[in-house]
Amino acid sequence: MSSVSVGSRSRPGLFWFSSPQTFFPLAGKMTVWFFVIAAVLALVGLYIAFFVAPTDATQGESYRIIFIHVPAAWMSMFLYLVMALWAGIGLVMNTRMSSMMASAIAPTGALMTVLALVTGSLWGRPTWGTYWVWDARLTSELVLLFLYLGFLALQAAIDDPRRADKAGAVLALVGVVNIPIIYFSVQWWNTLHQGSSVSLTRSPSMAATMLTGMLIMALAFWAYSIAAALHRVRSIVLEREKRTEWVRELMAQGGLK
Amino acid sequence: MNWGSAADFWAMGGYGFYVWGSYAAVVFVMAIEVGLLRARRRRAVAEVPRK
Repeated sequence: MSSVSVGSRSRPGLFWFSSPQTFFPLAGKMTVWFFVIAAVLALVGLYIAFFVAPTDATQGESYRIIFIHVPAAWMSMFLYLVMALWAGIGLVMNTRMSSMMASAIAPTGALMTVLALVTGSLWGRPTWGTYWVWDARLTSELVLLFLYLGFLALQAAIDDPRRADKAGAVLALVGVVNIPIIYFSVQWWNTLHQGSSVSLTRSPSMAATMLTGMLIMALAFWAYSIAAALHRVRSIVLEREKRTEWVRELMAQGGLK
Repeated sequence: MNWGSAADFWAMGGYGFYVWGSYAAVVFVMAIEVGLLRARRRRAVAEVPRK
């Protein structure tokens, strides 16, 4: 055993990528890969959605909105949980990188929520006869949008980044209570929104090709969200660490290639 | 195959506005986000003090 002390930076371990400096290049490579994966999956998913999946017996062609509506709605909830998880880790472990991940996920989560609401309302009009109704599922999804916007506004209002991280984390964690409310709203309340077509306990109530297309599109949305969040987190790292030696060194060496 | 012709495809059985409106919303929102991501990156890079 050598007794020469190696800096913590050269010893990969649990906290290796919790350092912005080590995570930055990895995030750059992953961004590219996840954008590519998202594009490939979207092409396959859209082909199935429009050319393989049959016309729905009751809803006709309007049901084809499902291939983007359900993925957007799933991601809106999933991203909120991941955001709250990173924010919570940042709060408890005091790891900067975790908090930056939470901040990077929030805008993408908000956009997914907007897409779930917009595509849902465009689907609601032909199937229910209305673009909007104040029922439990739609209202709790709207609350989710306000939670994302509240998180973003709160962080933007606090100048000190670490204090902004902590305040945002508390808001994000409190808001987690809304996720089961959204998810189970169609069971707990009598709503216009249909129950889930996919569940872990029952076999899916839709044709196999419809389900396949929807799951592939969900994976495409998932890959896109990861790519967008990782791209954003690198900008956040640069914003917060611009005065550090390693960032200035990186720029002096020719930037981000 | 679901569609007899291209016009059939765009009509979406009479639901064209809703179906294509939804897909257009997704494309629009993602294009906006990618634009914002690139703008933020440019700004962040420009704000690093030069040696």
